[in-house]
Amino acid sequence: MSERDTILTMEHITKTFGPVKALTDVNLTVERGEIHAICGENGAGKSTLMNVLSGVYPHGSYDGRIEFDGKECRYRTIKDSEADGIVIIHQELALSPFLSIAENIFIGNERARGGVVNWDETRAQAARLLERVGLPEDPDTRIADIGVGKQQLAEIAKALSKNVKLLILDEPTAALNDEDSEHLLGLVRQLRDEQGVTSIIITHKLNEVAAIADNVTVIRDGSTVGQMYVTEETPLDQDELIRKMVGRELTNLYPDHPSNPVGPEYLRLKDWTVHHPLDPNRVVADHANITVHAGEIVGLAGLMGAGRTELAMSVFGRSYGSNISGEVYVKGRKTELHNVQAAIDAGLAYATEDRKAYGLNLLQNIRENASLASLRKLSRHGIMDDNIERKEVSRYRRDFNIKCRDIDVPVSTLSGGNQQKVVLAKWVIADPDILILDEPTRGIDVGAKYEIYEIIDQLVDAGKAVIVISSELPELIGICDRIYTVSQGVVTDNVDKQGFTQEYLMRGMTKEREVAVR
Amino acid sequence: MSATTAAPAQTTKTGGLLATIANNARQYGIVGALLIIVVVFQILTGGVLLKPNSFVSLIQQNAYVIILAIGMVMVIIATHIDLSVGSLVAFIGGICALLMERQGVNWGLAILISLLVGLIVGVWQGFWVAYVGIPGFITTLAGMLIFRGLATVLVGESVPITSESFRGIARNYLPNVLGWWGPFDGLTIVLGVACIAAFAWSQLHKRIRAQRVGLVPEPMSLTVIKIVVAALAIGFVTYLLASSGNADQGGTPIMLVIVGVLVLIYNFILTKTVFGRHVYAVGGNRKAAELSGINTRRVDFTLFVHMGFLSAVAAVCMLSRLASATAQAGMEFEMDAIAACFIGGTAVTGGVGTIPGAVVGAFVMGVINQGLSIMGVDTAIVKTIKGLVLLGAVAVDIMSKRKKR
Repeated sequence: MSERDTILTMEHITKTFGPVKALTDVNLTVERGEIHAICGENGAGKSTLMNVLSGVYPHGSYDGRIEFDGKECRYRTIKDSEADGIVIIHQELALSPFLSIAENIFIGNERARGGVVNWDETRAQAARLLERVGLPEDPDTRIADIGVGKQQLAEIAKALSKNVKLLILDEPTAALNDEDSEHLLGLVRQLRDEQGVTSIIITHKLNEVAAIADNVTVIRDGSTVGQMYVTEETPLDQDELIRKMVGRELTNLYPDHPSNPVGPEYLRLKDWTVHHPLDPNRVVADHANITVHAGEIVGLAGLMGAGRTELAMSVFGRSYGSNISGEVYVKGRKTELHNVQAAIDAGLAYATEDRKAYGLNLLQNIRENASLASLRKLSRHGIMDDNIERKEVSRYRRDFNIKCRDIDVPVSTLSGGNQQKVVLAKWVIADPDILILDEPTRGIDVGAKYEIYEIIDQLVDAGKAVIVISSELPELIGICDRIYTVSQGVVTDNVDKQGFTQEYLMRGMTKEREVAVR
Repeated sequence: MSATTAAPAQTTKTGGLLATIANNARQYGIVGALLIIVVVFQILTGGVLLKPNSFVSLIQQNAYVIILAIGMVMVIIATHIDLSVGSLVAFIGGICALLMERQGVNWGLAILISLLVGLIVGVWQGFWVAYVGIPGFITTLAGMLIFRGLATVLVGESVPITSESFRGIARNYLPNVLGWWGPFDGLTIVLGVACIAAFAWSQLHKRIRAQRVGLVPEPMSLTVIKIVVAALAIGFVTYLLASSGNADQGGTPIMLVIVGVLVLIYNFILTKTVFGRHVYAVGGNRKAAELSGINTRRVDFTLFVHMGFLSAVAAVCMLSRLASATAQAGMEFEMDAIAACFIGGTAVTGGVGTIPGAVVGAFVMGVINQGLSIMGVDTAIVKTIKGLVLLGAVAVDIMSKRKKR
């Protein structure tokens, strides 16, 4: 790469959502024919940047300048960027499951004449594209009948049908097993070498970056913080990359809370193994061993797709996964938690990471949501005791400082932080011994975060055990007594407070499985 | 008793008077619409609509819609639907008629067996929906065909009912045990006064209990207004009923007692019991309900059993009213029940709805029906107008929600 032939420059990109600055003065330069990796923590702004580039956020809704293939771009829609040969493949694939591969490849771009589809042409061209991506399937096969790995290849075939010049892959291997990942990365490399396709790849897997990228841009908190070139002679320095990804100072965003003396064992997982519900061959949690004691805040640190949520939900009454094996011990007693009610009865609570989809009934009010997991306790002979219910919910409204007119307002009118407090109240009212809090501060403002940390501290001071799952390392370091790092379904490390540094934890979070990418 | 009185019983807010009313604008809105429709038809029919006897026939004619709507609103809240209730009315009505007329079964026992058949049908449909996972729409569409077919096989042409006692359910009144007080039936007056007293007592008792556990009760002014409005409404209905009837009997029709008891019981179930909470939770966010430990399958199953039971009650009432079982009985009843729910503010997507709302919705349809037929409007036109009312009511609902956002 002696002479520079720039295909894409993004300069001084700034994008705000209301008061929130998602991107601040981001610069990105991509050379023709390279594989360019974009790295950063969850929420650093990688996907936002790609959405700016591809026209998901139209020109004018952001500040800055984009130049592609020598001319300035003002994309209003994705269609505009695709016309220039920029194709983005999102993490959630945009395929229609019940249509054939061929139909999906040419969806919105049908091989047709006067509105009548030419099926022979469609099939023939699809077959040729499938050959190019190395997918040996009949073009008439339904998308739903092939695995996620092959679906990903079909997406790339779709991109190729649009004469792609710049292919953007957002976490392409997050949902793939090792073999499929390797095949996919091989294909990206092949497209570069044989067809001169430039690729931008967003990924959390640092080994993949090392294996495939020619150039790396690191984004942190919505700003570019560095660029690293990779050549045969100078391979990627992963430690340096990790430092760039996390390098920020801890301030006192967290309440000062000394660790409690370690109490009796409350929850222990032994060789807990979970498989993907749709793909029983894909291991989501692999022989996980975790122990949590009374009075302890234990963190589960892992990047997106590491299997943290899946692990937690599979324990909580087998709400996720198939082919689950291993043992759960609650307070030292081996326990079978076949459904959610059994888990609640055993003293577990799980507050979901996606409060709107899985945590709250947005049609109902605070009171009805907060009492949902404890209806048996708040009723007599199946009849609700209104006043006890009101009293209990009012108490946590006060204790948790839920800002609302009264407990009969719909939860849909509350801010994210207050909604999260309602979810917490719901589980605290159920009076569990072990609380699993999945991303308890996602998408809420700093003040509310602090209040939630205080609530967590109160819970462990009252003798409960709390497991916190979070993508934000500083948060885990700020509040936890102990942290397990999880990478690709494997618990890679068990770190005590003395070992809490972002670099050390990130190493555990990015450790590859034995069968790593070449 | 009547729906107008049940609706305010819903409100248990602790805020100010105005805020409370604003909160319940939707509930009050549909009640207001019903009042306007009543006044309009009262004028258009020259005062015939609210004559005592036409008021009683309004109740007797629409009882089946209310009974079915009670179950339907719960089913719709839980994001299902039941299309089979009309066919079930014919099927169970046919069984009941055959038991009495061909097997010589006593009418009381025949009713009990009919209710049991309703429960069994509910178990059957609930099984397919909850445990096999066939959508309610399809399960009950199949049920609609199955039970209409079976009804035709069972009944043939028609089976007339000879039992006078059984036929009396739909057209008789409660016995005039307290005699006539002037032109008024004594028992009805006593019942009306008792209803007012019970309502006032429940409102005041709720305040006292709230205070006892340290909660701020609703403003006293609101409690008083509620009691006064309820007293006026119940008083007016009592007046109409007490002066209704013919030479032999009058007062409170038996159908009103059946409907009233069912409305009270089911409103209690839906608003005050754990099961009721489960219904709303499942309808509002099934996944969140599951993750809160609710057995969503059992909720679905139980709902269809309730619906089967209520269909059987409607079947018995309808059979008594028509005095003859036919294969065509109950035609399109499912549509009337569903329409009543939607006019009464039930959300098409589930999660939202109340029994008082559905009852008011049923009355809206019933009053339009009655009013137009008193005016001598052709039934085909009546049907068209009912369709437009349904469309309009839901359109207003959707547009008012959009504005709020």
